[in-house]
Amino acid sequence: MSKVYPDNNGRFGSFGGKFVPETLMYALEELEKSLTEAWEDSTFVEEYKHTLAEYAGRPTPLTYAERLTQKLGGAKIYLKREDLLHTGAHKLNNAVGQALLAKRMGKSKIVAETGAGQHGVATATVCARLGLECKVFMGEEDMRRQELNVFRMELLGAEVVPAVSGSKTLKDATNEAIRYWVANVEDTFYLIGSVVGPHPYPKMVRDFQRIIGDETKEQLQDKEGTLPDAAAACVGGGSNAIGMFYPFLEDEVELFGAEAAGKGISTKKHAATITKGTKGVIHGSLTYLIQDENGQIIEPYSISAGLDYPGIGPEHAYLAESGRVAYEGVTDKEALEALSLLTRAEGILPAIESAHALHLAFKKAKEMKEGQTIVICLSGRGDKDVNSIKEAMEKESKS
Amino acid sequence: MTRMSVNEAAKKAEYPLFIPFIMAGDPDPSTTIELVLRMEEAGAHIVELGIPYSDPLADGPVLQRSAKRALQQGMSLMRAMQLVPEMRKRGLTIPVIIFTYYNPVFQMGVKTFLDKVKENEADGVLIPDLPYEESQELTVTAKENGLANISLVAPTSSTRIEKIANKAEGFLYCVSSLGVTGTRESFSEEAYTFIKNVNLSSKVPVAVGFGISKPEHVENLQGVCNGVIVGSAIMKKVEERLSEFSQEEKMKQNALQEIKSFVSSLISS
Ligand SMILES: Cc1ncc(COP(=O)(O)O)c(C=O)c1O
Repeated sequence: MSKVYPDNNGRFGSFGGKFVPETLMYALEELEKSLTEAWEDSTFVEEYKHTLAEYAGRPTPLTYAERLTQKLGGAKIYLKREDLLHTGAHKLNNAVGQALLAKRMGKSKIVAETGAGQHGVATATVCARLGLECKVFMGEEDMRRQELNVFRMELLGAEVVPAVSGSKTLKDATNEAIRYWVANVEDTFYLIGSVVGPHPYPKMVRDFQRIIGDETKEQLQDKEGTLPDAAAACVGGGSNAIGMFYPFLEDEVELFGAEAAGKGISTKKHAATITKGTKGVIHGSLTYLIQDENGQIIEPYSISAGLDYPGIGPEHAYLAESGRVAYEGVTDKEALEALSLLTRAEGILPAIESAHALHLAFKKAKEMKEGQTIVICLSGRGDKDVNSIKEAMEKESKS
Repeated sequence: MTRMSVNEAAKKAEYPLFIPFIMAGDPDPSTTIELVLRMEEAGAHIVELGIPYSDPLADGPVLQRSAKRALQQGMSLMRAMQLVPEMRKRGLTIPVIIFTYYNPVFQMGVKTFLDKVKENEADGVLIPDLPYEESQELTVTAKENGLANISLVAPTSSTRIEKIANKAEGFLYCVSSLGVTGTRESFSEEAYTFIKNVNLSSKVPVAVGFGISKPEHVENLQGVCNGVIVGSAIMKKVEERLSEFSQEEKMKQNALQEIKSFVSSLISS
């Protein structure tokens, strides 16, 4: 496994690239150049690390889930606690990085898209801190599912713009954000929330999120004196997962990505992009996506707004194709069961997104030997989801 | 009359080289054929046949809604291309350019797509989300088939204009101003300067698109470029007359006539 990806054209194998209107090409070239310069500039790197430490709350703990481990019998389970990061999810790592970069590039306006609202909240938060104007596109349906996060963004001074086309979820919010960016590219920075989009976004977001895996590696070394045997994370666009996986790609660590299988991958209601998708172009990047035979994108479904996306980061498509990472679908029901299990066993209420990773990891842990270790990226906390969880559980108990 | 290539048609046209955009399948396939024929009658030199797409990143609200209606009609890339031979049978002689986003093409395969374009008597392709860097394979294969792959330049293209203009075929599509398709009130001074610069760099005729919706726009561009591309302004008229299109033949013909008159008034200044 070579780590030099993406290549100069932004390709991870055959995936990635820049499939955008000509209007955006210069902005992408400019971004690529600024990004390279920024990483070479120690004051930028210091500021990024300093902000994460002093403001965001890094490093986040690596918690040993003792009771859960005993309950499941098998590998030792460790949780990488991105839920304890400021604003409640891993999204802030990336938002801090990109917002600092935007400022360095002299941009004063930020546009973003959000699904669950966590990326929107993270973006609104750094914009407040850095004094940047912030506009967030969010699907109308997601605004309903994540009412509390809409209010949080507004409190932070951001303007939340409803996306009313299509399924009124993340896909459509992304379309609207890109269309807005096309019209305002001269003074606006598009702050993407996952490892998706045209080059250099997938690489940039990965590099801002790899802090998750880097810290995990060090922390587990301290606790166990070794690398983990396995790691698991949920995959929507795939930013928390790539953040966790990337530092382990060349190590002997089994990697598992959990995608949203919604009501089941044999139904039409899912967001299992790798399991059920085919190659194509979405939001500026060649990757796997859920589409019909004519290349029209199909609206995905998941109980979790953060995983409800028809595409996936191109690097994940590459890692799936090469077999380095195993991706599996996890249903709404399985995720909710894992969520209950963790909450009762350890007193940690995870985000529904993260609960997908939990289910998959629990399944693997049981198959592993005692003494082995598995780390799970707990990408966010469940406070934002209590309404959805309540609704789903009430429905479940009625049926 | 015999058919011309996109190159020939663009070169031969006197100002304004007029290139209307018609969305295939909005409000229905047979009306699309009628609309395209009316465009030729109104003086179109080349027509862009739009393929409806679920996620059109370069389009504004009018074309988005139009695409949505067309998709509900079951329109697809293949079906849209198959409308062209019917247009030819009904006497259409001007070149047809297939306007589509890249994903439907990728699903079909670039080579198959271009074979089908040719087979169905269309003359060129335009893919707004396939920029210069990603378009090598398609450009080469299109050329081998005698088809034009239309290139776009935008106000942000700056250092890219030259390389794009150098490989342009047929005509160079000049995006008037930042943003998505749609109608605009007016164009800025910078827009004119930009278009003039593009015109200087280009060996092929330059047509300006995005926002052209009034006779003044066409008038003001005279001497600045070679022609105009009009999409949203036409499809907006179609949208306004949806109920007439669903009625008896006479109402439908009336609506078509009105759209044709609108287009004629737009370009005959
Ligand atoms: C808590 C949480 N986890 C995971 C995700 C999915 O994003 P990604 O796949 O980019 O990590 C989201 C997205 O909103 C989220 O809020």
